[in-house]
Amino acid sequence: MENKELKKIANDVRKGIVTAVHAGASGHPGGSLSAADIATYLYFEEMNIDPKDPKKEDRDRFVMSKGHASPCLYSVMAHRGYFPVEELTTFRKFGSRLQGHPCMQELPGIDMSTGSLGQGVSAACGMALAGKLKCRDENHQFTENAAFRVYTILGDGELEEGQVWEAAMFAGAKHLDNLTLFVDNNGLQIDGKIEDVNSPYPIPEKFAAFGFHVIEIDGHDFDQIRAAVQEAKTVKGMPTAIIAKTTKGKGVSFMENQAGWHGEAPNDEQYAVAMADLEKIGEEI
Amino acid sequence: MAELGKKIATRQSYGEVLQELSEKYDNLIVLDADLAGSTKSGMIKKVHPEMHIDCGIAEANMTVIAAGLSTCGMIPVISTFAMFGAGRSYEQVRNSIGYPHLNVKICCTHAGITVGQDGASHQCLEDLALMREIPGMVVMNPADDSEAKAAIRAAVAYEGPVYIRLGRAAVPVVFPEDMDFEIGKGVVLREGTDVTIAATGVCVDSALKAADKLAEEGISAEVINICTIKPLDTQLLLKSVGKTRKIVTVEEHFVTGGLGSAVAECLAENDPVKMLRIGVKDTFGQSGTADELMKFYGLDADSVAASVKAYLA
Repeated sequence: MENKELKKIANDVRKGIVTAVHAGASGHPGGSLSAADIATYLYFEEMNIDPKDPKKEDRDRFVMSKGHASPCLYSVMAHRGYFPVEELTTFRKFGSRLQGHPCMQELPGIDMSTGSLGQGVSAACGMALAGKLKCRDENHQFTENAAFRVYTILGDGELEEGQVWEAAMFAGAKHLDNLTLFVDNNGLQIDGKIEDVNSPYPIPEKFAAFGFHVIEIDGHDFDQIRAAVQEAKTVKGMPTAIIAKTTKGKGVSFMENQAGWHGEAPNDEQYAVAMADLEKIGEEI
Repeated sequence: MAELGKKIATRQSYGEVLQELSEKYDNLIVLDADLAGSTKSGMIKKVHPEMHIDCGIAEANMTVIAAGLSTCGMIPVISTFAMFGAGRSYEQVRNSIGYPHLNVKICCTHAGITVGQDGASHQCLEDLALMREIPGMVVMNPADDSEAKAAIRAAVAYEGPVYIRLGRAAVPVVFPEDMDFEIGKGVVLREGTDVTIAATGVCVDSALKAADKLAEEGISAEVINICTIKPLDTQLLLKSVGKTRKIVTVEEHFVTGGLGSAVAECLAENDPVKMLRIGVKDTFGQSGTADELMKFYGLDADSVAASVKAYLA
């Protein structure tokens, strides 16, 4: 897919994020906007998925480990055709399939319910292991093949959860080379800068120490996202961690790099400004 | 082949039945957290080493690894001690297995005080309470070798999350090997008219022996085995209490949150009678042999008989 097209889609995904959070008057726009380009690339170019057959057995799996970025997941899924884009306005409302955090029982196409940080990455490891288990040789030994690939996006603040490192140790030790893990490194968490709260830095060295192939990219550059994902597919015997530098609130002028927009919904006036910002970006593309 | 009265630990039954099930289910996968020898789940490696994954000492991760595996059509069986499987990983079980209602079997050994010498840090007396609170979770506490095997077979055949409580100590075989078993069904082991004794797990043996002692003193006790704590066989309990108007629960668990609480809730809503809950009161366990501890906490046959007599007096 042309980068220009991906950029347009990602911009529409961002409009969907802002629309959902505004309509729901609740939710997490900052970290949804920062992850939008990665999620767009995965859903629109990379993953073997079919919105009409969301449980297709050999599909690639996606786990939004930072489950509060549900608006990002919902918006990208809606734009990909899993459900009508108009449904985004039901986000977080009573009776909606778009629960506050992703719920696989409610919405077909969600591979794992998440929301409690640190758990999604373990689930992704379990899926990656299943993908390897299904492709063993006659002596039950793992082969270089896997039935499918698994992608997961973690927040950088999420790295403060100990379970992330239990999962990282497992993925490295079990050679889950069909697992590609993104860290959405926007540098901010609810309480402030991640290095001030309880610094997980240096991030690349930590994943390398746990047996990951590590790639550092600009998480808003589609050439870099694409190159990293393709590189990950060539790596054998180890999982890949892509540390993506991103901007929290990316695309909405007043939300960018503001920790305060981690979990706040825009009011009507702010919503209009945000949509105008994104409209302008769309025109420039 | 287990003869009645012979002593076998239900963790041993677990290891044996996993070997059996590995021949029947090619999507079975057993996960351990560095306790494959203690939990006996490692026995599966003798017949199907490829069906065993050791996750190391990281129970929270193991719990959610199982969740991920189950979403891809595997039947994961988590093995660890109850303290860690139900306690340490409670929130993982709740949010990543319970909430998405995934087909994971949580088989926890070394439950209760019969862990023995390891002491209070390893003696989980609240696992039934914790697991009972998770919507949709089936909770079972088998009494002996035969029932443990039957419960695990039923759990693997069942689609959905199941918690099974198993023990470290050898306990007498109460049921024939070919027993009938159904999730959610209690069993009247001995009919009686003066008092109902509802027991679960290793306390079923104590309850049966206590009933023998009570009979010698002219007290006719009806003994009910409740393996499935949730969903509870309320029909059977209400029928028995309707007859005896007296009920005692016996469990190797805190008196709060487990069988005693489940029965109390059922009776309070349907047919209130003054009941007695036998179990560990508001205190932690301690080191000692299983027999010493069962006696100290009032769970052996003599203590149960004495408590029932006092309650009836």
